[in-house]
Amino acid sequence: MITTKTKPQLEVLEAVIIRFVGDSGDGMQLTGTQFSDTSAMFGNDIATFPNYPSEIRAPQGSLYGVSGFQVHIGSVEISTPGDEVDLLVAMNPAGLKTNLHAVKPGHTIIVDTDAFTKKNLEKAQYETNPLEDDSLENYRVIQVSMTSLTKESLKGVEGLDNKSITRSKNMFALGMVYWMYDRSTEHTEEFFNKKFKSKPSVIEANTRVLKAGYNYANTLELIPTAYTISPAKMDPGTYRIIMGNTATAWGFLAAAEKSGLELFLGSYPITPATDILHELVKHKHFGVKAFQAEDEIAGIASAIGASFAGDLAITTTSGPGLALKGEALGLAMMIELPLVVVNVQRGGPSTGLPTKTEQSDLLQALYGRNGESPVIVVAASTPANCFNYAYNAAKLALEHMTPVILLTDGYIANGSAPWKVQSVNDMPEIKSNLVNEVTENWHPYNRNEDSLARNWAVPGTPGFEHRVGGLEKDKITGNVSYVPENHEYMTKIRAEKVKRVQNYIPNLETEFAETGDLLVIGWGGTYGSLHSAVKHLYEEEGYTNIGFAHFNYINPLPKNTEEILTKFKKIVVCELNNGQFSKVLKINFNGFEFLQHNKVQGLPFGNTELTEKFKQLVK
Amino acid sequence: METAVKKYTFKDFASDQEVRWCPGCDDYVILRSMQKALPEMGVKKEDVVFISGIGCSSRFPYYMDTYGMHGIHGRAPGIASGVKLANPNLSVWVVTGDGDAMAIGGNHFIHVLRRNIDLNIILFNNEIYGLTKGQFSPTSLVGQKTKSSPYGNTQPPFQPGELAIGAQARFFARIGGNNPKDMTQIFIEAEKFKGTSLIEVLQNCVIFNDGCFTNVTDKAVKEDKQIYLEHGKPMIFGKNRDKGLVLNGLKLEVVTIGENGITQEDLLVHNAKEKDPTLHQMLVRLEYPLATGIIRSFNDVTLEEQEDALTAQVKANSNFKKTDDLFFSGETYKVK
Repeated sequence: MITTKTKPQLEVLEAVIIRFVGDSGDGMQLTGTQFSDTSAMFGNDIATFPNYPSEIRAPQGSLYGVSGFQVHIGSVEISTPGDEVDLLVAMNPAGLKTNLHAVKPGHTIIVDTDAFTKKNLEKAQYETNPLEDDSLENYRVIQVSMTSLTKESLKGVEGLDNKSITRSKNMFALGMVYWMYDRSTEHTEEFFNKKFKSKPSVIEANTRVLKAGYNYANTLELIPTAYTISPAKMDPGTYRIIMGNTATAWGFLAAAEKSGLELFLGSYPITPATDILHELVKHKHFGVKAFQAEDEIAGIASAIGASFAGDLAITTTSGPGLALKGEALGLAMMIELPLVVVNVQRGGPSTGLPTKTEQSDLLQALYGRNGESPVIVVAASTPANCFNYAYNAAKLALEHMTPVILLTDGYIANGSAPWKVQSVNDMPEIKSNLVNEVTENWHPYNRNEDSLARNWAVPGTPGFEHRVGGLEKDKITGNVSYVPENHEYMTKIRAEKVKRVQNYIPNLETEFAETGDLLVIGWGGTYGSLHSAVKHLYEEEGYTNIGFAHFNYINPLPKNTEEILTKFKKIVVCELNNGQFSKVLKINFNGFEFLQHNKVQGLPFGNTELTEKFKQLVK
Repeated sequence: METAVKKYTFKDFASDQEVRWCPGCDDYVILRSMQKALPEMGVKKEDVVFISGIGCSSRFPYYMDTYGMHGIHGRAPGIASGVKLANPNLSVWVVTGDGDAMAIGGNHFIHVLRRNIDLNIILFNNEIYGLTKGQFSPTSLVGQKTKSSPYGNTQPPFQPGELAIGAQARFFARIGGNNPKDMTQIFIEAEKFKGTSLIEVLQNCVIFNDGCFTNVTDKAVKEDKQIYLEHGKPMIFGKNRDKGLVLNGLKLEVVTIGENGITQEDLLVHNAKEKDPTLHQMLVRLEYPLATGIIRSFNDVTLEEQEDALTAQVKANSNFKKTDDLFFSGETYKVK
């Protein structure tokens, strides 16, 4: 039993960014998740982002096998996982090598010295041991023999093999970090008790190692200060930490319940969208029908069939999958059925960078189909609001009888953040266009006068027997029609129907300056980066002439877009692509100059690159 | 609770749309047979759905006064699977052709058969692309001259039944496009069968591949060239009912009753319900006589039965009745 000394003076911080890195098998995702969950429950605002190799079992110790988890916690609003880190925990040389660049000079690195063997150093392509030369002199390096200390702390615990002993060293690191940031180990101990219910020796081992790490940090003279981050000011309510993909899945669950429809998912596995399938397939208790199809096309085809038969139907994919679904999406658009297509964007083109983030499917979403084929396009902008935009996408599809593409991206899909839990009771109503009682002169393409949505008569309902199809149809009866004027009429009405969605979506809002010298424009998953950069300039550096407008509705664009554009002298459109949204704006709004800030590295925007860019633009 | 089904006639299933297949096309026979079969099936009109892909055959749903969707090329099995999974009470039919099912839709075709969802698939096989005006298809014969093979086709064909049974089809039937009586009966049997039923219709294309099946389907030769299989009955054929099939080693052999001491008792008895597909595959591949009728009808659990059972089990063991139960469960925390 190690006795706990009293803590040194706690230094209060507003926010801190910590990155845990190690081999794929070192348990860094778990370590990071535990730290962020504990902090969230303590009351901090948080944002996290995992970073793991696309190889499932990369060779041990290799540079490309490094797995990492970054967490940003604060007593202030946290909108991104952050760029440069205050603390790097590196479980091996490869982790140190690949992540050193992200550590703020003068800040702390904790390493497991036991992992800095000759072999591991060679694998990490170090010529000399960085712990022994002067390459780390700009950092505060805390060297800990974590593996040995872990083994030591587990002496006498029965039923553990060598491998499990070594594998629990991540908990030693976590224990240390808990002490350094004044966090209790309680939540993680409870987690062990639940997770390893049937394996008491594993509970004991992990708990011991966690506490050993905590106590070691306490006794270690090398750590002169511990820090604390006070709870953040957040809206009162019940919260949970949620990943973007989970939030997306839950948004659809909520929409199905609210609309009184059953949820059908037709999907084919693809990174980084598969977690939505993984999540929805669990929820058979709500009657969810999750169908893993033979390919992307069958995924959307089955969803179209389910929609025809009266389910709330969705399909989930990423860039290349959306390309494969294009023809079927055109069919859904042509026959005017409700359908949501989720595209969790990744680096493209072709196979591109499957595990990295990008926003380069915007034009594909808008235009990637044959013929005149408009669909609604919406984009979520944070891990938590994936819930709301999934819900809204379903609502728009059902109420307007059209496919909706929901764009998220790898960054927000895999990132997690606190979500103020929303009860279905508080969500807006969803009124589908289902018809039950047949009336005289009923036709499948009768439309609602305001929204132009056609009615939705589903098989099993007597009197509504009708045919739909990909051929052009008569504007009233829905029968096949090759009449030239009719085709033009139908083309226009399908476009007008989508355009009128403007009347049903919220106006665009500006944050910070409402009028001024520079309007920063973004869309989708870059919200956190752009918001925090503009906020910093506005609140900390006195740039009260910069405003920020972020788009969640891309097609149609909010009604007041032009009005907002006129309020600023300069406009810069920031996106993780080569300028796709700026093209859209140029097409729609003549007479404005849209400056661009683009990045196509598979990475999110960094805070410094943005603030420097914006400062330069308002000089 | 079942409500009584109205007694329909074939007219109830004919839509008001003018049928636009070429005069003399076997598609008319298939359409009429279906319209005649439906009133015999005991299903409600509003519960019947026809889903098609692209091609001449795929215009079929427009001519049926039921729910229907003319989909996209090759993807009808996917669409139909979604319809059936969304509402298992429906009687769902897929109408497809040799190109639609086995070329562009090949992947969906094999997987829908593997899964065994309770769908009925009618495959109009005319060994040619009709709607695009005469290119060879995946069932065209080697050497066949078409617009895209002017010197003769060099791609070996699929035998649809062989492919289907290889993909675990539980129900496979084959019927000549000029045989409405048996076709009607097979449609009724397909509807009764729980699982994916595949019916291959040997459909003559009067324009681009006229006479492609005449040597087996023509009235004059039909009885001698085809063996119409019926479950539980001996494999006998011929105008004089004097020919039959026996197994000789690993091959089927045609024998004549009365020759070499062969009696009717020596003939194989057709067992469509056998799980082992070996004999069914041999029958499907047989060139003389060509096997027609229901060749395979093996009862197996359907996908939706399995899904329903799982769903019921999960529901029974779950505390989640509403999404709020899920959202507010587990690791939540309060901010005051």
